[in-house]
Amino acid sequence: MAAGDCDAVSIELGHFALILACAIATVSALAGLLLWRSGQRLAQVLAQASILQFVLVAVAFLAVVQAFVTSDFSLKLAVDNSHSLKPLIFKISGVWGNHEGSLLLWILILVLFGALVAAFGRRLPADLLNLVLGAQSLLVAAFGGFTLFTSNPFERISPPPLEGSDLNPILQDIGLAIHPPLLYAGYVGFSICFSFAMAALISGRIDQAWARWVRPWTMLSWIFLTLGIAMGSYWAYYELGWGGWWFWDPVENASFMPWLAGTALLHSALVMEKRNALKIWTIFLSIITFSLSLLGTFLVRSGILTSVHTFASDPTRGLVILTILAVLIGGAFLLFALRASSLRQGGLFAPISREGALILNNLFLATAVGAVLVGTLYPLLLDALAGTTISVGAPFFNLTFGALMAPLLLVLPFGPLLPWKRADLVAAGQRLAGAAVLAVFLTILVSALGGISISLAPLGLLLGFWVTFGAFAELIERGRIGRIPVGESVRRLVGLPRTIWSTALGHMGLGLTVLGIVSVSAWETELVTTLNPGETAELSGYTLAFDSFEQVPGPNYMADTGHFTVTAPGGGTKTLEAERRTYVASGMPTTEAAIETYGLSQFYLQLGEPLDNTHVVRIWYKPYILLIWLGALVMAGAGVLSLTDRRLRVGAPQRTAKPAMEPAE
Amino acid sequence: MTMPSAVRRKGWSRKQKRLAVIMGLGLVLVVAAALVLTALRDQIVFFYSPTDVQTRGVEAGHPIRLGGLVKDGSWVREGQSNTFVVTDGATEIVAHYVGILPDLFREGQGVVAEGAIGPDGSFTATNVLAKHDENYLPREVVDALKAQGEWRPETATP
Repeated sequence: MAAGDCDAVSIELGHFALILACAIATVSALAGLLLWRSGQRLAQVLAQASILQFVLVAVAFLAVVQAFVTSDFSLKLAVDNSHSLKPLIFKISGVWGNHEGSLLLWILILVLFGALVAAFGRRLPADLLNLVLGAQSLLVAAFGGFTLFTSNPFERISPPPLEGSDLNPILQDIGLAIHPPLLYAGYVGFSICFSFAMAALISGRIDQAWARWVRPWTMLSWIFLTLGIAMGSYWAYYELGWGGWWFWDPVENASFMPWLAGTALLHSALVMEKRNALKIWTIFLSIITFSLSLLGTFLVRSGILTSVHTFASDPTRGLVILTILAVLIGGAFLLFALRASSLRQGGLFAPISREGALILNNLFLATAVGAVLVGTLYPLLLDALAGTTISVGAPFFNLTFGALMAPLLLVLPFGPLLPWKRADLVAAGQRLAGAAVLAVFLTILVSALGGISISLAPLGLLLGFWVTFGAFAELIERGRIGRIPVGESVRRLVGLPRTIWSTALGHMGLGLTVLGIVSVSAWETELVTTLNPGETAELSGYTLAFDSFEQVPGPNYMADTGHFTVTAPGGGTKTLEAERRTYVASGMPTTEAAIETYGLSQFYLQLGEPLDNTHVVRIWYKPYILLIWLGALVMAGAGVLSLTDRRLRVGAPQRTAKPAMEPAE
Repeated sequence: MTMPSAVRRKGWSRKQKRLAVIMGLGLVLVVAAALVLTALRDQIVFFYSPTDVQTRGVEAGHPIRLGGLVKDGSWVREGQSNTFVVTDGATEIVAHYVGILPDLFREGQGVVAEGAIGPDGSFTATNVLAKHDENYLPREVVDALKAQGEWRPETATP
């Protein structure tokens, strides 16, 4: 377990690689942003420098991973967050289960995206590429510097202790291996949009080609963020053991706001790409989205918010982060204020048109971002200014966010049916008549079967079904389903551009998520009861039998395990195990809930602390809860589908790079 | 919530159309702002320490967050119903909660509970907030303890 010479060398090598990457990034940033007119030769150098930055940061990252895997406790980070008995997967994921390591991961993804732009952006105009890579390098230099000076993951301890103090047990889960990398890929991916926006503002040139380059990156980041948030939500649901899937916790909001803004950006970039309109707004959204991503990462890290996500509790660190954010975001908005007027607007359209619908989408999404932002920051501001401690809880968000989303969902199915420039609302309405009838019918049916437990449930159901079925209206129209022979329809549908399919699937996914949310909110049942081995309890037709209780040791914890059998209304039985673990190194207890899936519904069981041989169990029946995450998966899948469309492929086809950028006015 | 229908009428100049659209958008923003402000007034939950509850007075049944330390030896469990005393050193309030308490609920540790004060002055919690590790003491509780001179950093780190 003692650090061998070889390990010590690799740690110092990693440290050196990170320093070198920062130095290269600093030079690249200066060269790219100041000498951007230098053309192709500088572009080649910057592209190579970007790839080199990635290689160096990857070396640094692998050095830390190696120290964790080999339990090299001369690395302070490994001492604080690892343990030699921990399973391998958690040794690796433990690298980013702390402040320093997560910053390093953040930077790794940042340079990865920079390298991808360098690799795929060969056909970008040299001036634009110089500026984009320059802006990207500036971010690397800023956050790399922050890491090295205030949160160095390569800090050593001499002499090394024999054993580490282990990772927070809640984080010892497969979720940690997946959730942060996905979320970070989403957050950081928006840095590309930010860099492109900076490039457009500095060069004063922006056109449809710009939007065509930016949109795949936005889409890619959005996919990661969608999956990251869904994954985080599911993780919280099964690991934290409270049976909830969304808490409107500031940290969740911090990841949700960039998602909302990124969704708006996807739609506004579409208008810009197709109609050369909404340029200034799209630039503004690009900046906002990445700013919210930064806020998301670092509001969490600054220690202002206390939660499972907070690693830093060093106030000076928080101050440095806030300063970096203020300079970057403030600088971007200053540039925006100075330069936005030089961008020429184009593309006239009537209010009732595809453009109009997309503006409405942006209006509601942007306002929703504003509402969530107010709810998240208001307690912080009030605390700082007035010293009053309040909490803004779920009711606030449900009210404001719900009120903004309802009209958005109502008008959503119309959007894809409206032609560009000028449209006929009545014609679109006729095509949606089928979806509307189906939605009303199903809403009445479900409400009658399930009973109306909360008054808004039918409205939610109606909107969910409406969006889900309305999404297919364009496919039905385009495939001329029912009006021509089936074989012909299928041929037409297969031949449709993939973006049409991705729009339909994306909107359908949203509808499914809404349905899942409504179903769980309205028809979830819960039972808290004392139960001893041999006894049974009943909930929503499911019978739960407590078979036995035992204490078993795990690799680095002791577990109180309850064995249960659950009998479904249909008669099938399944065995469940719910645990309470106590981790050896930290003495910390965690609850491992038992979850059994029936179709899209779940049966959720939590075991309480034993007292005098009695056990309290808390059980929930969650109807159709899986729709929430299934919808998110469908949305992400729709994004992937859209990326495979040849018009949008990353590294756009040759001809798109050719048209000269239009000059600024 | 679609565009104002008047916009579609023939014979409006471009300027008027634009004005109508901007007013429509502005209306949505105003409604949203009003909604946010109303919700902020009605839906926020104030944090109270036991001393705050006694000195400032809390309307019975009004939702609040109560935070402090769980008094040593005060936790009584009967089946799934729990009774414990929340203290900030100066004042004590009896709290009731039915259900499974979070993993890290311990006597002598910090706690934040959501609920309301009943007519008899005791607190009925609807939700006891789970904490994420044994060191994490909610900042509100730290502040409240500091206010009462009960803050001992060596026993708990925020």
